[in-house]
Amino acid sequence: MLYNIFIDPFVQMAQMPDLLVQTLWEGLVSGVLYALIALGFVLIFKASGVFNFAQGIMVVFSALTLVGFYEKFSAYGFSGHTAAFVALILTAGVMFVLAMLIERVVLRPLVNQPDIILFMATFGITYMLIGFGEMVFGGDPKQMIASELFLPSGSVDVEMLGGMVSFQKIDIAAAVIASVMIAGLALFFQKTRIGRALRAVADSHKAALSVGISLNQIWVIVWFAAGLVALVTGIMWGARSDVSFALEIVALKALPVLVLGGLTSVPGAIVGGLIIGIGEKLGEFYWGPLLGGGIESWFAYAIALLFLLYRPQGLFGDKIIERI
Amino acid sequence: MSLKNWLYALSAAASLTLPAVHDAQAEDSIYVPLFTYRTGPFAGSGTPIANGMHDYLTLLNERDGGIGGVKLIVEECETGYDTKKGLECYESVKPKKPVIVNPWSTGITLPLIPKAAVDKIPVLSMAYGLSASAKGDTFPWIFNPPATYWDGFTQILQYIATQEGGGVEKLKGKKIGYIYLDASFGREPLPLIEQLSKELGFEAKLYPVAAADMQNQSSQWLSVRRDKPDYMILYGWGALNATAVKEAVKTNYPMEKFISIWWPSEDDAKGAGDGAKGFKTLNWHAVGADFPLLADIQKHVVDAGKSQVSGKDKVGQVLYNRGIYNSMLIAEAIRKAQEITGNKVVTGEDVRRGLEGLNIDEARLKEIGLEGFTSAVKLSCADHNGHFSTFVQSWNGTTYEKVSDYIAPLSDKVGPLLDADAKAYAEKNAPWPARSEACDAS
Repeated sequence: MLYNIFIDPFVQMAQMPDLLVQTLWEGLVSGVLYALIALGFVLIFKASGVFNFAQGIMVVFSALTLVGFYEKFSAYGFSGHTAAFVALILTAGVMFVLAMLIERVVLRPLVNQPDIILFMATFGITYMLIGFGEMVFGGDPKQMIASELFLPSGSVDVEMLGGMVSFQKIDIAAAVIASVMIAGLALFFQKTRIGRALRAVADSHKAALSVGISLNQIWVIVWFAAGLVALVTGIMWGARSDVSFALEIVALKALPVLVLGGLTSVPGAIVGGLIIGIGEKLGEFYWGPLLGGGIESWFAYAIALLFLLYRPQGLFGDKIIERI
Repeated sequence: MSLKNWLYALSAAASLTLPAVHDAQAEDSIYVPLFTYRTGPFAGSGTPIANGMHDYLTLLNERDGGIGGVKLIVEECETGYDTKKGLECYESVKPKKPVIVNPWSTGITLPLIPKAAVDKIPVLSMAYGLSASAKGDTFPWIFNPPATYWDGFTQILQYIATQEGGGVEKLKGKKIGYIYLDASFGREPLPLIEQLSKELGFEAKLYPVAAADMQNQSSQWLSVRRDKPDYMILYGWGALNATAVKEAVKTNYPMEKFISIWWPSEDDAKGAGDGAKGFKTLNWHAVGADFPLLADIQKHVVDAGKSQVSGKDKVGQVLYNRGIYNSMLIAEAIRKAQEITGNKVVTGEDVRRGLEGLNIDEARLKEIGLEGFTSAVKLSCADHNGHFSTFVQSWNGTTYEKVSDYIAPLSDKVGPLLDADAKAYAEKNAPWPARSEACDAS
């Protein structure tokens, strides 16, 4: 048994290095996509102190809206790349309107309420979006308009290390787009005036208000940014499978990333995502068979908890010191 | 009289009136609840089935005025494929005296098995649920025609053996992968797989997929790449099927060696593009809408705006027709119950007898408008399943085509295991009541 746990997986890695590279690649792609989901949570938490339970359904809602718009256009004979990008812009518009509505209807009336009230309000947003989404789009799974959005298909097969490593073009695109998006958001929040305002709000609502920063405006921007992140996430996950309400549970995969990376750190979401993504793939592939397989979902939490033993605030989270 | 007193008076009047209304309703109608899921992660599979079930029963109301002149009250309860919600649905419909329940989830079916006999409500778990519930002597209130998950597994094994050029002895030394939803449904055939792998000499490789990872199966398919199974068998549901087909294509797994139990839909294969051609599933009924009954549904239900289908092309798709088949069993069981009892308005107890006497032969299929749609169905007091043959259908890029003859299950292997499993269930749930229900001569 000890051999199977401590020796055999490493023997396998050495004997089949091509599969190790493939596993690391799959983990990297998953990790980047988890990081993207986690980023949606982090953005909103940083700005408003709210753990946005609705982030998962925002992924579904944005992807369904995109495909829904495109299907409507197609029904009127307007299809192809132009229609897809018009649908994309309109979907971004819908996410902006959603952000405004959430700020106006949910957040503004709840200013100064305990965090748990705001957290519960995001449950309300979740169920409202589920109901509304099902009413408008139905429960049927839909195909993501990947090729219409110039997302590639097929694979790049590379002979290496005595075997073949297959890189799916959609996965390469997902990794690149997610990385660009994460870098763009990081730059936006580090280098722009709005970004600085966001960080001020994150540090202290009252102090930010006292220097004239509009809390309402910041909330709309942040929820809109989270909406765009959800849209990109929905496109990428949708292209890998299909667009259905099952995407909602993909968001659960972000939870161990947040445990690991901390709720307030953008770099934490990225590094956490990569650690969880690669860790769970290695765990499932090399150690999963010892435990009957299917360990991926809890193995991610095991990794996160292991890290927390040494850094309870998460990898990049702020250490909270409360004087009593 | 003050406002408060008026309110008291009104509520008292309502409390006296409402039961009367309910009784009146019960006297001239038959209540058929449908447990469905048009929402949640499994809606992709649940919606077409719900539409098929609903449209067939609606047709009977619209075209024939119900069954035997008695209107059906058809009511959907949304379970979201969630066992807890399914049990809530059951408790909410129970006071309305349903004549049958269709859980549409193995997870929901399992806790209903002990309740059915107590509440006198037969459970129809059509080709899902507990395989051993086929044993009518142990489970007089549970029905799972036309084949169990265990039957299905042996039918796939036989198809594989045929591809290898012989009988099941050809499976010896083969490596067979089993990728499945890690829930009650997917775990159901595991004891059979363990037993048959020993008896037939094949190596079984298991690839469970948690519900949270349905759309994230790269680890499982990396393992497939490492293990190189000769054939892959899929027991998936919802988004799991579509993702599995996509991942198989991505991994370059030969699609002609990838065979599923009977649940994948057209959408599950379509998403993987041309690479999915050759993907196979079991089935026991036709695909397509070229049947008189489906034409009537189109005319009386879909065109009349009484269906929830999102497009006319959805009528006749594989899971829509699965819903049609399910409702055919319900309707014919009610009809049989009316025939046995002589009553027009039947109860759950009557419909249980109707299910045991179910005999839908070719002539009856023609009368229904489903000639050539499926093979005859006959149940009995002892056999609540029938263990009927199924065939293999293959995805051609547009639709599923039948590519095999009908394959009977390996009854000599499955039968004793079902007997043992039914016995073990009764012992585990002791004191399990001995069958007290009389058997009508059929």
